[in-house]
Amino acid sequence: MYPPKFDYYRANSVDEAVSLLQEHNGAKLIAGGHSLLPLMKLRLADPGALIDIGRIASLQGISHDDETSRIGALTVHAAVERDSQLPRVLTEAAGWIGDPQVRNRGTVGGNVAHADPASDLPTVFMALGAIFEMAGPGGSRQVDADDFCTGLFMTDLNPDELLTTVVIPRAKNGVGSAYAKMFNPASRYAMIGAAAVLSVEGGACREAHVAVGGLTPKATRARSVESALEGQQLSEGLIKEAAAQIQNDLGDDLIGDIHASVEYRRQVVPTFVQQALEKAWQRAG
Amino acid sequence: MNETLRLRVNGQDFELQVRTHHTLLQVLRDQLKLFGAREGCGVGMCGACTVLLDGQAVSSCLMLAAQAADKELLTVEGLAENGRLHPIQQAYVECSGYQCSFCTPGFILTTLALLEENPHASEEEIRDYLAGNLCRCGSYVKILKSVKLAQQQMLVSKNL
Ligand SMILES: Cc1cc2nc3c(=O)[nH]c(=O)nc-3n(C[C@H](O)[C@H](O)[C@H](O)COP(=O)(O)OP(=O)(O)OC[C@H]3O[C@@H](n4cnc5c(N)ncnc54)[C@H](O)[C@@H]3O)c2cc1C
Ligand code: FES
Ligand code: FES
Repeated sequence: MYPPKFDYYRANSVDEAVSLLQEHNGAKLIAGGHSLLPLMKLRLADPGALIDIGRIASLQGISHDDETSRIGALTVHAAVERDSQLPRVLTEAAGWIGDPQVRNRGTVGGNVAHADPASDLPTVFMALGAIFEMAGPGGSRQVDADDFCTGLFMTDLNPDELLTTVVIPRAKNGVGSAYAKMFNPASRYAMIGAAAVLSVEGGACREAHVAVGGLTPKATRARSVESALEGQQLSEGLIKEAAAQIQNDLGDDLIGDIHASVEYRRQVVPTFVQQALEKAWQRAG
Repeated sequence: MNETLRLRVNGQDFELQVRTHHTLLQVLRDQLKLFGAREGCGVGMCGACTVLLDGQAVSSCLMLAAQAADKELLTVEGLAENGRLHPIQQAYVECSGYQCSFCTPGFILTTLALLEENPHASEEEIRDYLAGNLCRCGSYVKILKSVKLAQQQMLVSKNL
């Protein structure tokens, strides 16, 4: 299977990538190619020109300071999976993406910029309260994870912008996080993904950040679940009750397919939310 | 568009004129005549096109040849030394870890990446690591046996 022909440009810096995007109308960036090339081969996309950002050194790798971790857009999932300084919810989700071949090439930036509803990382970054940094002709700007995905395969990125960095808070004492996932049996994409970050003090939940994806058109904040937990003494019973609240957050535009219908996913999603919450609670120690 | 690229494949340097919209898989097969990497699905699901890029298993169907420039590539053709099969290849032969063998080069290279990364991999870890390689003939039981035999022999030869 061959992609349609396209012109190919290689950007050596962020500025160069932005000017190439401005010069070539309709051009697409290529990072790991693990979403874009399949789409092109299946003739669902035919951008005419690709701008390869894969060699821009400033977009590679992860750095940490006391407060935050900065993940360059070109960091591959395998590198995220192996970085033990990152929160567990993120390393766990990255390690469950596809298979080793996918994790060795797929990038964090490509994953969130593509905004596939079956992707794991948009859900995780939402629960972590991540900030996305983008660069464009007018300089750089930041957007909260809550506002980054705007719909099915749609984000806040303008056509002449690129995502440069994802910034997340450092894992802290008393905070536990976890991911739970219902895998597509063939591709291992998420049919349901649930991410939880719990801050626990004296057995009570001080703050809860919960998000789900896979079954909604874009990653979705589970605010009803969060408010059922916050300020309460944590117990298995409370977590089960809170997880059931997810039904209030899902909306009525759910995704179903031959592997799992809308009705089925709606029925089982509380179980995954519950799993993520229980693991996060344990890890908050 | 065309570009002249330096590709390093199986320890040998090539300077090649490639079409910049061609995948690495196309260039390996059509220009370098290395037919070990195969196209099964073309979209990253089957692992038949697996090659090692700087030691890591990657799908050559989802990578442009231009993206592989100046990196170290290994295909199944690069495994045997002086006409002697690599212990992993030998193990697949001894255990009959294949039927039609379409998937075999991909499995062998993924096995190599696994055993380099995690020489003591458990059965569960082996299964998990091979999740991206599909065998249409369903030889999985014997593939697993092959990996375990290769693992034993590599541990012995490395004194681990
Ligand atoms: C078989 C298979 C299984 C998979 N399973 C999973 C899974 O279980 N979970 C999961 O989450 N994902 C999964 N993926 C997706 C994979 O994780 C990749 O992360 C994802 O395909 C996109 O990353 P990429 O670097 O390959 O992006 P590309 O394909 O290169 O790009 C994707 C899109 O993002 C744009 N883009 C890329 N980088 C940037 C940037 N820095 N700024 C702005 N726009 C950008 C491109 O223009 C393009 O439109 C799977 C993929 C395959 C092939
Ligand atoms: S041909 Fe590349 S993964 Fe199937
Ligand atoms: S041996 Fe035939 S596909 Fe695996």
